[in-house]
Amino acid sequence: MFRLHSFRWDSMNVVFVVLGVLIMFFISFPLLKTVLSPSPGTLWNTLLQDEVYYSILLTICAAVIATLFGLLFGVPLAYLLARRNFRGKSLLEGLIDVPIVIPHSAAGVALLFVFGQQFLLGKVFHVIGIDFFNTIAGVIIAMMFVSLPFLIDSAKEGFQGVDVKLEKVARTLGASPWRSFFRVSLPLAARSIFSGSVMMWARGISEFGAILILAYHVPFLGHNPVVAPILVADRFNYGLDYTLPVAGLVILISLVIFIALRMIAYRGDRA
Amino acid sequence: MIAIKDLTVDLGEFMLRDITLDIRDSEYFIILGPTAAGKTVLLEAIAGLYPVVHGEVWINDREITGISPEKRKIGIVYQDQSLFPHLSVAQNIAFGLSFRKLSRDEVRSRVDDMAHMLGIAHLLERRPNTLSGGEKQRVALGRALVTNPDMLLLDEPLSALDPETKESLQRVLAEVHRRLGVTTMHVTHDFEESMVLGDRVAVLHQGRIAQVGTPEQILRQPNSEFMAHFSLSRNVFSGKVVSQDEGYALVDIGGVQLAAMTSQEEQVHLSLRPEDVLLSLEHLGSSARNSFPGAIADIVDRGSVVYVTVTLPPDLTCMITRQSFRDLGLQRGMTVWVTFKASSVHVF
Repeated sequence: MFRLHSFRWDSMNVVFVVLGVLIMFFISFPLLKTVLSPSPGTLWNTLLQDEVYYSILLTICAAVIATLFGLLFGVPLAYLLARRNFRGKSLLEGLIDVPIVIPHSAAGVALLFVFGQQFLLGKVFHVIGIDFFNTIAGVIIAMMFVSLPFLIDSAKEGFQGVDVKLEKVARTLGASPWRSFFRVSLPLAARSIFSGSVMMWARGISEFGAILILAYHVPFLGHNPVVAPILVADRFNYGLDYTLPVAGLVILISLVIFIALRMIAYRGDRA
Repeated sequence: MIAIKDLTVDLGEFMLRDITLDIRDSEYFIILGPTAAGKTVLLEAIAGLYPVVHGEVWINDREITGISPEKRKIGIVYQDQSLFPHLSVAQNIAFGLSFRKLSRDEVRSRVDDMAHMLGIAHLLERRPNTLSGGEKQRVALGRALVTNPDMLLLDEPLSALDPETKESLQRVLAEVHRRLGVTTMHVTHDFEESMVLGDRVAVLHQGRIAQVGTPEQILRQPNSEFMAHFSLSRNVFSGKVVSQDEGYALVDIGGVQLAAMTSQEEQVHLSLRPEDVLLSLEHLGSSARNSFPGAIADIVDRGSVVYVTVTLPPDLTCMITRQSFRDLGLQRGMTVWVTFKASSVHVF
């Protein structure tokens, strides 16, 4: 952390602090008001409704699975991008970030167009018993598609921060490329990968547009829930009073998990 | 024995070309060259960490050119130590042993022995980021040596250290080499370091080996004008042999004729080390064949020694101690005598 040695209330600092306070207020006030306006009892009762409970469970589980797939497929790619130079690399890096910039409902259409049962990949997966339209698998790939960039970019930065000489030394000491990766590169990039995973997971649970197209109601543990962001929107059709406790609950749970994970990721930083 | 044959490495900006070296068992071999001459890459190529364009590397009659680094049995120590920051000192040293089928006790005892030899036994539980530069370098050395490599590569191991630490680590390197007898290749840009540590020295210049020899040979018998300047002979002349008499030659260097021991004829180069030249106020009636008067053109005070340039002509630089500089009361423009043996003049 840097320290301001001589902070003075000159005009620039005054303006910047005021603007900063306003934007923090803008971020935190709606969140706090939504979480705090329903009574704790109302929040608890809302959670006990099957429709809400299974929706939140589905959302969290699907985002976790999406993140695990992201780790499996994204981390090796991140390593390659961090370590190797090849023709078309910057094009590839740009491509990875495209899901962030396109409208997510359009992303959902694009996914449906490839993974729908009557289309190519959809047919292939159907053979092995996986369908994506209105199933949890669809929720997972929709979440993956829009949130992978967060994990890949963060993991790539993590690997870039690992001195390549450390890997070279490991090799001369008898480590195969695999062992050098798992014993040196991966542990040293672990924090970045973890925080990237948290971001991916968080982005996953907030996904709305792509899931709306690809997997609206999905069979899940004997129920037929929608993901939490869709539930909030659905309930809004019946009025603010009806949707507010759900929104509060979703924000609260997201916030608690997000803060907890960040504390794990940054533990030891101040040691 | 380690043999490097016609090794060529592409560094993008330039190439290391046709590097051929034979390094004997247990030899302490130094590669001496300026910064950014590709010394690190040469080591990495030998260790299998950098691709070679062509050429071969042999260890004990086994060609290892195409073999992956983990199977070469070559240890490397980088200038910045490159310790694993997520592991303790003990885990760093034990890293290479973890790929072998050794019992926990065996690993422990080998790590302990190595740590004791290097004087870092009290640091075993520490993390690398809490160590000083000299301590880190010892850990890196221990990590490389504990696996008993066939060859140890040292990449500027002393360059990033303060003078005191550097001197003590230099002693450690010499001591470790004496005790373990591991064949060592040490690259440096530090001339003095190479003279102190090296059994033999190879000088790298413009991507090629300019000369290979003992420190004495590098110092006294440069094989080219570049080498003569590089080894700080300071006095490098070209001239023509005007007479030959059973190994004694008179060489005209434009102005004066120097006596030298050579059987070469016609055009030659000569070098003369400044510390081999005697400086006096009067003509010395000694047996030395070369004695000339001249005026002092320049005086450079280097603290413990003083370099005095005398115009004969040409200019000749000699080195004297601070004490004799003061005793002689030398000043610019004074006329003095320079005297040196014919055998001190190196002809090439």
